[in-house]
Amino acid sequence: MAAIAAVTVLSLAACATDEPAAGPSGSASAATGSGTGDQSKFFVQADYDAELALLDAAPTGPADKPWEQVLNPTMVDTAKFKKAGPHKICFSNAALNNPWRQVGFKTMQAEVEAQKSRIKEFVHVDAEGKDQKQIADINDLLGKGCDALIVSPNTTATLTPAVEAACKAGLPVVVFDRGVDTKCPVTFINPIGGYGFGHVGAEFVSQKMKPGGKVLALRILPGVDVLETRWSAAKVAFDKAKVDVVGVEFTDGDPAKTKKIVDDYIQRYGTIDGVWMDAGAVAVAAVEAFQDAGKPVPPMNGEDQLDFLKIWKDKKLTAIAPTYPTYQWRTPIIAALRILDGQQVSNPWKLPQPTVTQDNLDQYLDAGMPPLHYAMCGCTDLPGYPQRWK
Amino acid sequence: MQTVQPRSLPLRLPRMRPGGVLPILAILAVLLVLVGIRQPDFLAPQSLMSFLGRSAPIILLAAGQYFVIVSGEFDLSVGSLVTAQVVVAARLIDSDPSRTWPVVLLLLAFGALVGLVNGLITTRLRVPSFITTLGMFLILVGAVYLWSDGAPKGGLSEEFRRFGRRAFEDVPLLGRVPYALLVLVVLAVAAVLLMRSDFGRTLVAVGDNPRTAELSGVRVWRTRTFAFILSGLAAAVAAILLGGYSGVSFQAGAGLEFGAITAVVLGGVALGGGRGAVVGAMLGALTLELLFALMNFYGVSGALRSTVQGGIILLAVAVSATRSSSR
Repeated sequence: MAAIAAVTVLSLAACATDEPAAGPSGSASAATGSGTGDQSKFFVQADYDAELALLDAAPTGPADKPWEQVLNPTMVDTAKFKKAGPHKICFSNAALNNPWRQVGFKTMQAEVEAQKSRIKEFVHVDAEGKDQKQIADINDLLGKGCDALIVSPNTTATLTPAVEAACKAGLPVVVFDRGVDTKCPVTFINPIGGYGFGHVGAEFVSQKMKPGGKVLALRILPGVDVLETRWSAAKVAFDKAKVDVVGVEFTDGDPAKTKKIVDDYIQRYGTIDGVWMDAGAVAVAAVEAFQDAGKPVPPMNGEDQLDFLKIWKDKKLTAIAPTYPTYQWRTPIIAALRILDGQQVSNPWKLPQPTVTQDNLDQYLDAGMPPLHYAMCGCTDLPGYPQRWK
Repeated sequence: MQTVQPRSLPLRLPRMRPGGVLPILAILAVLLVLVGIRQPDFLAPQSLMSFLGRSAPIILLAAGQYFVIVSGEFDLSVGSLVTAQVVVAARLIDSDPSRTWPVVLLLLAFGALVGLVNGLITTRLRVPSFITTLGMFLILVGAVYLWSDGAPKGGLSEEFRRFGRRAFEDVPLLGRVPYALLVLVVLAVAAVLLMRSDFGRTLVAVGDNPRTAELSGVRVWRTRTFAFILSGLAAAVAAILLGGYSGVSFQAGAGLEFGAITAVVLGGVALGGGRGAVVGAMLGALTLELLFALMNFYGVSGALRSTVQGGIILLAVAVSATRSSSR
């Protein structure tokens, strides 16, 4: 009885699958070209084209300080915000809930310390990943006499009215990382973005793997714009290269789940010839899945987290690491101070987005730093390095 | 939960028919045949060994959960306990190999302590175990989040990770035998021996009818508390193996409590206690893992796993309820 029950459950489950990308033995790939499924509804062709063009653009600004560089600058006047220092700078932070934000925030704190002659007070409020808290936080900060407000929004649409209210209060607002749907901030700082990230990884994987090989795409979760853009650019690249994408799976950014998924695919297909991922947090888990299965690690991309760079070098992987650099956390402080000086700043402030390749790997691999540190922190010249980041 | 049976306990226990392991063995055999048809390579020693190694943590958790369930309680805290253990281990070891063994001992002590607290609150303060362990689950999730600022820090040493990741290489016939499998076999034998000892009989008696057990001189609270401690210890070992397998993760233990309960129920153990064998619970976990492997081979989305688990719990409990009422 129970046996029949279990088998019934199984066959029901088997019937319920309608995911074209996950279909076994290539039946799906014949129908949809390369198994990448429909394009994300977040995909905007014009933005995609613009970001890919930026990948080749030459930045202006000091070459050794990418966090001060700008791609295709369009300067805006800030004379009306000019104010005598030292200043009180306030920061409404979406969250500190992942290593990327932790490294970034430490970098920002160090930048504040480096500029301490000009900043009399730095107020940081952590919204803990909650939109409602961040709306309240921004509202509270407006009554605290801040000279400038920095916002790293938790979500785009929901935080827009709060940012607009801050602009109306008359103080200069600087937004970075994720954006808002309003032009009212003095500047919006971020690197090239998700399309650039996804494209670099996908192009590398499709070029380096054996022709006609099988690619596994690992995504953190659906529905987040910065991640959707990464995948949609990769999809375009894979479709163009006519690569057989045998699976697009969500890992929740969890190494245990990732390792299991990759292992499942190795078991199911015998071998996987390329791995693309939209964020590097689980890259090492994917590498380990191949190692533990006794298979060669295929060409893959990760991110600039040190655990991945280390295993890349130690195991001589064929890899690439597009980045979403944490040095962007320095820029808002620099921008706020320039605005309060009445200097022109670029809006938008597009930061360069370097890629770690085989050729410059050694330059970014610092064995003394912890495994979850991000190499592209631009923090080596800041006070408290390296202890602050350990 | 059940009416007092006129039969005396020692006579009934050796042949617990409704809680037998035959049904689960039958399901396991059917699944093995299905896997063999779809993916014959899977049954080769090499991949079978690696499958067993990968399944060791959930099988151990099922054994731990069995002790608690057969004594008439629940332990919903094991999943978050595993997560907490992995995160704590990473932070304490901080990639320093010399701290491996002290941290392993600390994790075992921590697991036992959480079990002790669960047990004492349930038995002495008379809080239903469902609520006690749900509370513990939330406390651990919150504490880990607070302690780590929401992102895991530090790293596990290779020495720590080898338990869950490495294997004896080049074993004749079998190929690669994971350490995790060895740990599993040793602890499984220990669990079976424990259930055959006086303690095991007492545990089942307590689950079957606590009142009768109490009247015949068993200290029910002590027996049940011990069951919770065993579950906590199983979670500690599972955490060591899981952390070893996949490294630091904030979701290392997510959902494991339901996996373990599903496995126990699938293995023919009655919710509410008193019936079922620890071997059944462990086979239940193995069957569940095999079912997931089979789903994978047929290309079924991994997202359906929890749906399947839910279906199994409902079906298995319904089936066992019909059987026990007609007993």
